Amino acid sequence: MLNTLVFVGSAYALFLFAVAFAAERAAMRGQARWLRSPIVYTLSLSIYCTAWTFYGAVGSAVRSGFEYLTIYLGPSLVLIGWWWILRKLVRIGRSQRITSVADLISSRYGKSNLLAVGVTILAVVGTTPYIALQLQSVTLSFEVFGVGDIATGEEQGHTALWVAAGLALFTVIFGTRNLDANERHNGVVMAIAVEAVVKLAALLAVGVFVVWGLSGGVSGTLEKIDASSLGQWQIDGGRWVGLMMLSAAAFLCLPRIFQVLVVENENETHLRTASWAFPLYLGLMSLFVVPIAVIGLEMLPEGSNPDLFVLTVPLSQGRDGLAVLSFLGGFSSATSMVIVAAIALSTMVSNHVVMPLWLRYAGGGAKVSGDVRGVVLLARRLSIIGVVMLGYLYYRLSGGGAALASIGLVSFAGLAQILPAMLGGIFWRGASRLGALVGLTLGFGCWGYTLFLPSFGAGVFLPESWSTVGPFGIGWLRPHALFGIDAIDPLLHAVFWSLALNTGGFVLASLASFPGPLERLQGAQFVNVFEHSAAPRSWTGRVAQAEDLMIMAQRILGARDAQRLFEREARRQGMAGTLPAPTPNFLETLERELAGSVGAATAHAMVGQIVGGMSVSVEDLMAVADETAQLMEYSARLEAQSQELARTAAQLREANAKLTRLSVQKDAFLSQISHELRTPMTSIRAFSEILRDTTGLAPEDQHKYSSIIHDEAIRLTRLLDDLLDLSVLENGQVNLNLREGLLSDVLDRAVAAAAADEHGARLRISRDPAAEQVWLNTDLDRLSQVFINLVANARKYCDAARPALEIRVHSSDRLVIDFVDNGTGISPEAQDVIFEKFSRVSDQKAGGAGLGLAICRQIVTRLGGEISYLKGQGGAAFRVVLPADIAMAAE
Amino acid sequence: MSKRVMLIEDEPNIIEAISFILSREGLSVETHSDGTTANDKLRASTPDLLILDVMLPGKSGYDILRELREEAGTADLPVLMLTARGQSRDREMAERAGVSAFMTKPFSNTEMLEQVRALMAETS
Repeated sequence: MLNTLVFVGSAYALFLFAVAFAAERAAMRGQARWLRSPIVYTLSLSIYCTAWTFYGAVGSAVRSGFEYLTIYLGPSLVLIGWWWILRKLVRIGRSQRITSVADLISSRYGKSNLLAVGVTILAVVGTTPYIALQLQSVTLSFEVFGVGDIATGEEQGHTALWVAAGLALFTVIFGTRNLDANERHNGVVMAIAVEAVVKLAALLAVGVFVVWGLSGGVSGTLEKIDASSLGQWQIDGGRWVGLMMLSAAAFLCLPRIFQVLVVENENETHLRTASWAFPLYLGLMSLFVVPIAVIGLEMLPEGSNPDLFVLTVPLSQGRDGLAVLSFLGGFSSATSMVIVAAIALSTMVSNHVVMPLWLRYAGGGAKVSGDVRGVVLLARRLSIIGVVMLGYLYYRLSGGGAALASIGLVSFAGLAQILPAMLGGIFWRGASRLGALVGLTLGFGCWGYTLFLPSFGAGVFLPESWSTVGPFGIGWLRPHALFGIDAIDPLLHAVFWSLALNTGGFVLASLASFPGPLERLQGAQFVNVFEHSAAPRSWTGRVAQAEDLMIMAQRILGARDAQRLFEREARRQGMAGTLPAPTPNFLETLERELAGSVGAATAHAMVGQIVGGMSVSVEDLMAVADETAQLMEYSARLEAQSQELARTAAQLREANAKLTRLSVQKDAFLSQISHELRTPMTSIRAFSEILRDTTGLAPEDQHKYSSIIHDEAIRLTRLLDDLLDLSVLENGQVNLNLREGLLSDVLDRAVAAAAADEHGARLRISRDPAAEQVWLNTDLDRLSQVFINLVANARKYCDAARPALEIRVHSSDRLVIDFVDNGTGISPEAQDVIFEKFSRVSDQKAGGAGLGLAICRQIVTRLGGEISYLKGQGGAAFRVVLPADIAMAAE
Repeated sequence: MSKRVMLIEDEPNIIEAISFILSREGLSVETHSDGTTANDKLRASTPDLLILDVMLPGKSGYDILRELREEAGTADLPVLMLTARGQSRDREMAERAGVSAFMTKPFSNTEMLEQVRALMAETS
């Protein structure tokens, strides 16, 4: 039988997976409309009904009569009477992208991480008994089927451990498929809705069986109820009101209810359907509680656990099929609660505890290398396992013997401590962070001392003497009789004192403290959520590094989603590319998107880290921010202008320097020309005056002086020719007269011309006729002019006793002609300047104006070649290199 | 005893022309064409007048003049400077170096002679 149950349970789990998977697929294909109908929303709220309701309500009815109804009436009251609170919560949740109760409180009170951590701890501790309750009920239900055996505590522990492990695994697989906690878990919600139907159907089936199968119809059942002890129960008015208010408060504060009610809410209008449909669901769930309790008491042996009547009644009648259905109903109730509670709690733990710690200690903050997604998912999974295991621990420590309803109420009372801060936060702008902290601390502490710790049983955590004589003998500090009030029920006592201290502390501390700007801003956003649809503008006009934001967003949201978000914003801003300007609006949007994954406070911290500074501006400061942005734009424009000016100035300076250089060159050139022209003219004038004024000059002197005048006139003419030639060449106005001819012919002409030009000096010229058999296609006259210059220079300046010039020709890929003489050569300093105008090869007077080599260089350059001085050849050596296309190899 | 003129100039034709003009007037002329040895020659036998070119191989006329003015024996020696670079800047440089008279090439033979006579008359 046990094996069958394990099989049925596993098959049922697989079925839920299939439902979740199909729902997610449908949502991805965009067919999520029917998945997100108001009915599904209402059914998902049914996670309020856990194993406590399924099994424990009957037990509660047996022990306390109709008191179990209070647990149903509380939420109904909220949905019917306080729907406007719900609507406000839902609106705030959507506009602020709230991910959990802790996130809500933290966000409201200035995105305080301390508060978030506090509420998270409270929620985890408060939910622990609740999860233990589920483990206990599933474990018990398994045992019921373990026919006849009285399970020992040890065996119970094993079963519970297996159940806990199974639930943890189930939840990890179910709940951490999506990272964005604010994104709707379509699959999970659908599975919960299915489970809601299963548990309702199971309970109704058992009820119908009991009423019509065992009691003979409605009238028979009513008679049995009247006859039983239940009919005689006196209603304790105070406890009724207390429990009703407690369950109403818990309904607002339970992390899992908040998850489905606010976080998973698709549409505010769904609340309208839920406000009547959910009370109806609760009514159906409670319809057969009393009949089952009465029949169970009547038919089952004395001492049977009333918490299991739903299972044991069908079993005792041999209705195994109905019993299995009932088991599935209980299983559904337990699993749905654990799944959603664990998802909600793990979101809180990872967003408010793990991520801030990781961000702080992982070094480098949000920009640290590695994928934050991985860290978040791991944190969530470990949190789920941790939460479920805490429940198991509670179960083992508390012994697993307590009534289900009493465990559930401990949990309710703990979580209700959030209520003052929550309601105060959304209705009272004066509520401050300090108030919330003080209230929560007092309420949580009081609850822990008066209810939670004693719930483990006397002597486990608190010494037994404390409850009898009080700690250290202080009577008014006894856990169940604070301040000497010991006449009332322990639960009511704890609820009264914890909520009273909580609310009192909250109000007084809020009045006494002054909220910071972000708190006031968030307060206005929360309290007046219906007037403000715009998000709070927390970021001033700081210039953030859009790229850094992008990198961070990619790590958290995933590359594709982040890019889509940035591109959309860039388009909206009318910018090209994928990086939008980090406007306050965009930072706010980004922060909200990130908050969906890591929580508001953490997202604020991450964006703050990148934007550089945690300071915020309230709406009043927006004008200042605008001005700052304008100023920044203005200064950026000024900067651009000044850069432009600097560029222009630099250009002007450069042009000026060039002009100055040119002017200096021109002066030097004019001065040189003047000198070169005046020198021959001086001789001409002097001798012409001598010839004119001197009488009786000897005929040979007359001839000599006339010759000098003649020579100087020719020198002047040549100088003018050279100057004109150089000017034409330098200005590029020269027309090349291309002809074909042999290199040897060109050299012959040059040697002959140079020899004719000069008188006296003897220069031996050696050549290599074979190598000179190269056809040229170039301006042969100009090339000849170069060669004449080089040969004439050797003739003029070679200072060897027996001057000799060697003309060497090599043709490889280019044609190389070297002119090397056997003189002392040109000094290294002079080598650098010989090709410049007016630079003479030697100090020796030889009549040149220093233009020859400058002209040679101009000509060779025009012909496409180059001329250079060859170093280390002994004498003066010049090399003329001509490009290959001028030279054609000899045939 | 005839007055002695020393000419330091590197253009052979100009040397010939000036020598002829001054000899015709009965002056004795000693010529040198290299700037580097000019000061040594002057120290060896100080003339009555120095005619100095500016652009000389080895050492410029200005440098030769500056050195002369620093030595006691030649500090008052009349110096006529001839230059083919006739810009006002050149004249200023010559005056700063301590020149007695300055003429640009080409010059009129008559004017040159008058300058020579005037300079030599001052000292005698």
